[in-house]
Amino acid sequence: MSEQQKFEPKIRSVGLNGVLVTFGEKATDAANRAAIAFRTAVDTQHWAEVEESSSTLVSAFFRVDLAAHRFDKIHDRMQGVLAEQDWANARLPSGRTLWTIPAVFGSDRAPQLAEAAEAAGLSQAAALQELTTARLRVLTLGFAPGQPYLGTLGEHWDIPRQVGLSPNVPAGALVAAVRQICLFAKDTPTGWRHVGQSAFHCFRPKGGTPFPLSPGDEVQFTDISAKELARIEAHNDEGAGAAIREVLE
Amino acid sequence: MRALVVHQVGPGVAVQDMGRPGFLAKGLTRGGAADLRAVYEGAALLRQSADLAVLEMVGTGGTFEAKEPLRIALTGAAMTVAVDGETVAWNASHMMPAGAKLVIGPSRDGTYGYLHVGGGFDTDAVLGARATHQSVGLGDLVSAGMILPVGPDKGRDVGMTLARDPRFSGGDLRIVPSMQTEDFEPTIRDRFEETAFRRDPRANRQGVRLDSDGDGFSNPKQLSIVSEVIVPGDIQITGDGTPFVLMAECQTTGGYPRIGTVLPCDLPRVAQAPAGAPLRFTFVSLAEGAAIQARADADLRRMGQSVTPLVRDPHDIKDLLSYQLVGGVVSATDTPLDEG
Repeated sequence: MSEQQKFEPKIRSVGLNGVLVTFGEKATDAANRAAIAFRTAVDTQHWAEVEESSSTLVSAFFRVDLAAHRFDKIHDRMQGVLAEQDWANARLPSGRTLWTIPAVFGSDRAPQLAEAAEAAGLSQAAALQELTTARLRVLTLGFAPGQPYLGTLGEHWDIPRQVGLSPNVPAGALVAAVRQICLFAKDTPTGWRHVGQSAFHCFRPKGGTPFPLSPGDEVQFTDISAKELARIEAHNDEGAGAAIREVLE
Repeated sequence: MRALVVHQVGPGVAVQDMGRPGFLAKGLTRGGAADLRAVYEGAALLRQSADLAVLEMVGTGGTFEAKEPLRIALTGAAMTVAVDGETVAWNASHMMPAGAKLVIGPSRDGTYGYLHVGGGFDTDAVLGARATHQSVGLGDLVSAGMILPVGPDKGRDVGMTLARDPRFSGGDLRIVPSMQTEDFEPTIRDRFEETAFRRDPRANRQGVRLDSDGDGFSNPKQLSIVSEVIVPGDIQITGDGTPFVLMAECQTTGGYPRIGTVLPCDLPRVAQAPAGAPLRFTFVSLAEGAAIQARADADLRRMGQSVTPLVRDPHDIKDLLSYQLVGGVVSATDTPLDEG
């Protein structure tokens, strides 16, 4: 969209804790891709002053001690990387993971599929079809450790949050709002609609992969029965939830 | 086994350290001790690394027993304290003989007290740190009956003290402009600086709510902003205009706009302010803030030089005549020093 093309990336300080490079005013898919690609590009240069980095829906963040390193100098270095290419059209980094995650859609395990479909103007069957064919990207992780916001669904999925909160939607839930799916890392009260249920644990602090997902990873859901989910849950000590992972070229 | 046995304990006692850096991209904030300065003070008193784990106590402590002789230090909010029934000094290091009972009661000022042991608490590390991060389920609060393992101690010094730093009753805080400061109308920013805030009773390791009389600080032209990075010290303005200072266990991102960010060196003052304590904010430029913080960081590194023996017997003081013996006498006419 032209509005997106007009947005000049912004470089700002965040307290004395770091530098934020923002690629859009609204949560667009292009701004998110730019943030992920830019973060990877800076990270691969291993700047001594950057202690760690992250990315949000529209920005790349670099943790830098601004009491020890001058912001204006880092600003100029960031500007140099920004000028290298049009980040809104940058390729996503290679080596990301594609996750195929089984989930129940609808039934008493995910009781708001019908409601969400209606809000999106779809039949329940069409909604299921879209949710299990869309290749979604991990836009960012947050609010709970390892918890992904997945996008971006078609415009008709721009459904608002419900007014009242559902008191306790369980870990592993797929909830929908604002063209995104969130996969809950823990039981959470929410205004997003509970459309699916997986056995995938997003945060496994005691295992070898404490945070299985990374920003930029892709996720594909497959439809399983409530009975199959129960079978997966019965043997799910590691929290893998019968998900399959492959590396994207 | 070197250990501290927990006989009885208050409701908010947990093992902490400098936290878990490196997981922001995964949605996990650093966490760690609410008052990092207190962690450095304990390390200076025991002459050991500030990376060793400590016990953070909110409001009150508990009753503890040393399995073997342990060096201890007490920092942060001053609490009533006795070893085997005998009152000992806060902000100081002491020897606890094997079997000795340490009783730590309610705080007399501030919010977070700290118990340090020689060798540090040697509980299991998770994701590279021993810090308890309750809101995400990393680690448990300390409970009665627990035996907290203690690491090997190479140090010997005890009976040392540090001058009390005046950060336990609120006061003035310096903030730098942050990524959304410009989104607030100048009149709102001015009013924010002029306002005498009070620490609300609603405060925890995630955030401290600020009370004030008069209008809130919502920006009339505030857009619905996209969730963006949070750092500790950020002051977020919620929908009804109430400011919150975000603390060690804040989330990694949030959708409320931030009016500014408290300097890391002033954050212990926010953490320690008791309910109702006055808090006031002043903007400094990013360059000024960086210079102030760099000096504070250098002071932390040099803190060991400020440690002095707790009790000085005049016979031990060789250069007695060089001491200015009337220093510290309160004048009846001078204005008392402002500790703010």
